[in-house]
Amino acid sequence: MIEVKDLHKSFSGEEVLKGLNFVFERGKTNLIIGQSGSGKSVFLKNMLGIFTPEKGIIEYDGKPYSEFTDEERRELRKEIGMVFQGGALFDSMTVKENVMFPLKMFTKMKKSEMEERVKIVLERVNLVGADDKMPSEISGGMQKRVSIARAIVNRPKYLFCDEPNSGLDPTTATVIDNLIQEITHEFDITTIIITHDMNSVLEIGEKIAFLKDGVLAWTGTKDEIFRTEDKTVTDFVYSSDLFKKVRDAQLKGY
Amino acid sequence: MTYLHSIGEYFLMLKGVFGRMTKRSVLKDLIFKEIDELIIGSLGIVCFLSFFIGAVVAIQTALNLNNPLIPKSLVAFAARQSVILEFSPTFISIIMAGKVGSFITSSIGSMRVTEQIDALEVMGINSKNYLIFPKIIAMLTYPFVIAISMFLGILGAYVAAVLGGFVKPDAFITGLQDDFVTFHLVYAFIKTFLFSFILATVPAYHGYYMKGGALEVGQASTTAFVWTSVVLIITNYATTQLLLS
Repeated sequence: MIEVKDLHKSFSGEEVLKGLNFVFERGKTNLIIGQSGSGKSVFLKNMLGIFTPEKGIIEYDGKPYSEFTDEERRELRKEIGMVFQGGALFDSMTVKENVMFPLKMFTKMKKSEMEERVKIVLERVNLVGADDKMPSEISGGMQKRVSIARAIVNRPKYLFCDEPNSGLDPTTATVIDNLIQEITHEFDITTIIITHDMNSVLEIGEKIAFLKDGVLAWTGTKDEIFRTEDKTVTDFVYSSDLFKKVRDAQLKGY
Repeated sequence: MTYLHSIGEYFLMLKGVFGRMTKRSVLKDLIFKEIDELIIGSLGIVCFLSFFIGAVVAIQTALNLNNPLIPKSLVAFAARQSVILEFSPTFISIIMAGKVGSFITSSIGSMRVTEQIDALEVMGINSKNYLIFPKIIAMLTYPFVIAISMFLGILGAYVAAVLGGFVKPDAFITGLQDDFVTFHLVYAFIKTFLFSFILATVPAYHGYYMKGGALEVGQASTTAFVWTSVVLIITNYATTQLLLS
């Protein structure tokens, strides 16, 4: 579980995060949604320790990040898996080497053990037979799967995903969303996903935080987002006719 | 102010490079990979250039020695001095700034653009050490490249001078041995050692701190080549002043 209390962050005097409070629950897919420039990425980077907040507390399983020693912070980072927007796979490594990378860096496992673990994880993300391919030789959807495999191979406690299905076709995007949700439940990890994609929100939004201008404007679940009358949320979520129709149909009980 | 900021940032980067070390077994593999890419991959062009530039130096010296009182063995003496003192250590390093330097900047810059460096940092890896330290260590083998360049430069001079009919083989060998100062070799290798550090770190700085996209990676490579050359020339001047004058 990650708890954020009164989080503030500014750049050049401009306040980007204005006192956020939220609890990201373990074993659930926690989504952060909002328009571009609403502060989602800054929020994520504060939680990852890339940015230091001016004010506020970020607690990892009850312990404030600011009280972690350097060694504890390094240990914490080993427990974090991250899926980047573009995949961020290492170009010079094969798929297998990419997934094996965290194991090589942080464990004392034998090569055979690492290979076995990589095989299991690649099977889990439905990527079989791509072990020796380079990232440039596989599709965007496969790259995202490799990125997820790399993020979970070291059994993390926290999984951060920055727009994991951006640039993917709707079918592949849904597959990736469902995969992340399944992994979250299976390994009982705290998953935090930044997304613009309303399909993702309605598909896997077990807990949703809606950011607007650096303020937490709304929180709820995917079921609640259908029923909300909050105009800031409905303007964003139901900006397309399709979603308006889906919502109307849902509310009419179709 | 921008230059001062960049210089400060460069030294802070170096502090990070020699900070928390990457796991030894991983580092060993990275160093061998960098030696292969940076050093072995450059041997072909270095050998080619060294041989023919040595040959040109010999021909031009021979063509300019019209005075019958000056012995023809001077062609070998001039070729040896040019190759050992300047051509191999400095000229080849400028070529390497273009070849190796651009490669280092673009490879690290691409990693920055595609968030691969962020991925390393999020994992808790010291990305400066992981990416730049193996390059510095690999470049420590660069003096061997320069030694090969010196040999081939002089060989090129011999072939051109003798086959071109400018100097007899005996005279060339005599000229090659005339007034040989061992310290000149020491001087050449001291500056080569300094150049190897510059060749690894200045382009790495430009790649590591670049901002933007693919276009900026190209711009960073060009800037890195210019600044690496400038730093090499200034270092060459300073070491020559300190060691030879």
